[in-house]
Amino acid sequence: MIIKSRRKNKRRPFDPILLLVLLLTIGLTALLIKANYTIPVTSFGLAAEVARFQPRSGVESPVTAVLLNFRGYDTLLEVMILLIAVIGVWSLTKAPFPQKAVKTSPVQLAVVRLLAPLMCLVAAYLVWQGSHLAGGAFQGGAILGGAGVLLLVAELPWLRTIHSRPLRIGLLIGPLFFLGVALLGIINGRELLTYPGKWSGSLLLLIESTCAVSIGLTLASLFAGGRPADDLIGQTKTPACNREQKRC
Amino acid sequence: MLTNNLYNLCGLLLFGMGLFALFACSHLLRKILAVNIMSSGVFLVLIATAYRPLGAGEIDPVPHAMVLTGIVVSVSVTALALILACRVQETSNHSLSQSERNTNDGDSEE
Amino acid sequence: MTDNILAAFDLVLITTLLLLAWKLLSCEDIFTAVVLFISFGLLMALAWVRMRAPDVALAEAALGAGLTGPLLLAALRRMERIRKYERRLDLDEERNDYKKPKKKQAPPL
Repeated sequence: MIIKSRRKNKRRPFDPILLLVLLLTIGLTALLIKANYTIPVTSFGLAAEVARFQPRSGVESPVTAVLLNFRGYDTLLEVMILLIAVIGVWSLTKAPFPQKAVKTSPVQLAVVRLLAPLMCLVAAYLVWQGSHLAGGAFQGGAILGGAGVLLLVAELPWLRTIHSRPLRIGLLIGPLFFLGVALLGIINGRELLTYPGKWSGSLLLLIESTCAVSIGLTLASLFAGGRPADDLIGQTKTPACNREQKRC
Repeated sequence: MLTNNLYNLCGLLLFGMGLFALFACSHLLRKILAVNIMSSGVFLVLIATAYRPLGAGEIDPVPHAMVLTGIVVSVSVTALALILACRVQETSNHSLSQSERNTNDGDSEE
Repeated sequence: MTDNILAAFDLVLITTLLLLAWKLLSCEDIFTAVVLFISFGLLMALAWVRMRAPDVALAEAALGAGLTGPLLLAALRRMERIRKYERRLDLDEERNDYKKPKKKQAPPL
């Protein structure tokens, strides 16, 4: 304990640079707080606009309407960012499954058997609910991702032999469908990301369900932390080789 | 308007705290946590600006949609950053990991 | 009356959030920090509900508790494993000073 406290004292000497950073951070925060109070109180944002165009969006929930219809760009780019994150993770490592199969405890197995289908059901409900109440593609996708995390934590043996091709198709289906619908607007002589008025409700629901599947798979593969074992790219350098190279 | 200001203040303080920790902490995981705190602060400011008390007008759904997008993006960015941090620790040479061990906060091993 | 209760709730929630953030950024043990971060995310979900943003609250509760937490914990485990392996290498080096260090298997990642 004494050693620890001595180390702690030694570790935090009076550092002028740290003090400067502290002062700068406090100054920045104070400026931000001051700027925040200059925002006019009477501005009511875009609530009235959204409410005015709500009937034409095809959904009843204002947040879903903004997400997928009025500001579809944001969502499209965001789905692409998720895809890029997965590409980044997959290009770094293979999924670190343990070398030999571990025996999952029966309690955990029972919990997974009970919860995983239930979570899929909840995800589907949230996506469907998104058109009129709180919910939507992101919430549903998050629940699906949680189900994937549950399966991965239980270390079920079939997870490590998952093929990469169906996984890739699953990851791509949402972004590609969304992009296709967005481009369809251009082909039909309208602008990007505009939907035909009559069909917009069902189209939005379709986009939401495919995106939820993709988001769920994306989050689960982000948790897996690497590409599947049978991926197209060959074996990269293991950390041991790197270390030996540095030594030499 | 008081509630908005309170939560705005909370968000900005969280942002400042995270910013300072981002500079001051040396452990990579702690830096990632600090960035997450910062993003939570920004989201809180956005949502608090859109908030109206019950019966005092409509709530602006545009910031809600933006924050919803931001939360999902911040999770994916966190995942990528964590993988990169693991990679840094794998490939960093001995002297670096030695100095890191002396300054970081993972004291549980001593 | 309701306003007073709500104001008290706001104050308690904001104080808890700020203290939790402070604690998790300044505490010694990184594992404690991760656990505190998970609880911070759940309290944030409560704040979203208070701000009448149920969509955001749903996403935050599912992502903050269900995904960010396990992600951080898994990364922590991986990092600890790497560090333990490196410490073993260090001990080896100290034992046979200036000799070529023994070759070891890569850590099972």
